[in-house]
Amino acid sequence: MVMHKMTDGEIILRVEDIHKCYGETEVLKGVSFDVRRGETKVFIGPSGTGKSTLLRCINQLTIPDSGSIWLNDEEVTHAGPLINHFRQKIGMVFQNFNLFDHLTAIGNVEIALIRVKGMSKADARKKALEELGQVGLLDKANAYPAELSGGQAQRLSIARALAMDPEVILFDEPTSSLDPELTREVLEVMKRLARAGMTMLVVTHEMGFALSVANEILFMEHGKIVEKGSPSEIQTSPTFARTRMFLGTFQDD
Amino acid sequence: MSILSPAIVESLPYLLSGVFTTLGLVILALGLGLVMGIPMALIQVYGPAPLQYCVRTYIWIFRGLPILVLLFLFYFGIFPLLAPDIAAFWIAAVVLGFRTAAYQSEIFRGAILSISEGQMLAARSLGMSRFYAIRTVILPQALRRALPGWTNEYPILLTDSSVCYAIGVAELLTRGNQIVARIGDPMTVYVIVAILFILLNYGGQWIFGRIENRYKIPGYGHGDA
Repeated sequence: MVMHKMTDGEIILRVEDIHKCYGETEVLKGVSFDVRRGETKVFIGPSGTGKSTLLRCINQLTIPDSGSIWLNDEEVTHAGPLINHFRQKIGMVFQNFNLFDHLTAIGNVEIALIRVKGMSKADARKKALEELGQVGLLDKANAYPAELSGGQAQRLSIARALAMDPEVILFDEPTSSLDPELTREVLEVMKRLARAGMTMLVVTHEMGFALSVANEILFMEHGKIVEKGSPSEIQTSPTFARTRMFLGTFQDD
Repeated sequence: MSILSPAIVESLPYLLSGVFTTLGLVILALGLGLVMGIPMALIQVYGPAPLQYCVRTYIWIFRGLPILVLLFLFYFGIFPLLAPDIAAFWIAAVVLGFRTAAYQSEIFRGAILSISEGQMLAARSLGMSRFYAIRTVILPQALRRALPGWTNEYPILLTDSSVCYAIGVAELLTRGNQIVARIGDPMTVYVIVAILFILLNYGGQWIFGRIENRYKIPGYGHGDA
């Protein structure tokens, strides 16, 4: 039986009634939820239901049409240039890694520490090595992204996000471009993070991961959250059966 | 030096010093084009619409006019009004530089557009400002990609620079013409001029090859594939 960590931390992120249209298509039709410190929320649902757009709205890479985002009672929406300050606290891991191809692994982790946090080179190096160790990439510190496997690349991008000491990390389909073996490798790192108390919002099709790690699973369909609950609650719901069918396979973990 | 007549041998130092004039023109123009071309490319990709319009108009003019027309326009028209005492050499360098800037900005624009959108997203997601993201993430990659196309500007400028004889800049061809006028033997003189151009070209190619190698990073070549 899998143990789920406690979720009685204070609310650190509030998402209130987010709407977003692309042209005529309304991608998000009013999405709201709260995130408590240390919590892992997993978003599941068919492709094109606005899950990734939702994550991008949270750190304002996509600007929502209406609604608001609050991080520790400070408004992230309409932050103006202050957004750069909020983004340091909201890490993001992308489906296709988006590593900086011209920098080594350690350079990828260091760059924002030096350029954004203003750390000294020595401190940044120390911190970067620490984070590379966390994701098991110490021996790849001087490799370039092109020299890494997909799993290593995604672990590196997690280290890059972690190094900023974010309050919450957004994972946008982190394993969708990886084969099952590499997926496992990345999910292992994410599970460890979740259990260590990192606050995480994860968009994924990995049901096994959702059931074993999430505090709450949220089903999205047509731009709305149609159902949510703990893994044990959700397993008995009709939406779950439908989603399982959509996903085709049920990956046992 | 038996195949060269004494008169030609005597004129060689004068001809050879034209190498420095030609090289000076090319290096100044390349530099001016670089300094102008990168910001112009950035404006075209990231800048506000009115500035984009200005840059597009600039490019349209400087790519659209024959180089000789530009030279005459600046030599007989614009510079006499602005700075009447300036030497033809500097006017030529500015005209070549303005012209290559138009081409270079398109080379850099293409390179910037080739960098995937994800690079900017990742940089911004880490809290980098747009300016920092461009400087530390986009440009270092774009400039590497631009290098092969950019090095094309060197032989183009080198060969174009000979047109500057028309406004009396004492570059290679001008000096060659003067020697022919003085002692005749155009065949020999122009062959020497041609050899000098080829050597300059080769030297430049060698240097740019070194630069490309120096900044090579894994994932940008095609290896053995």
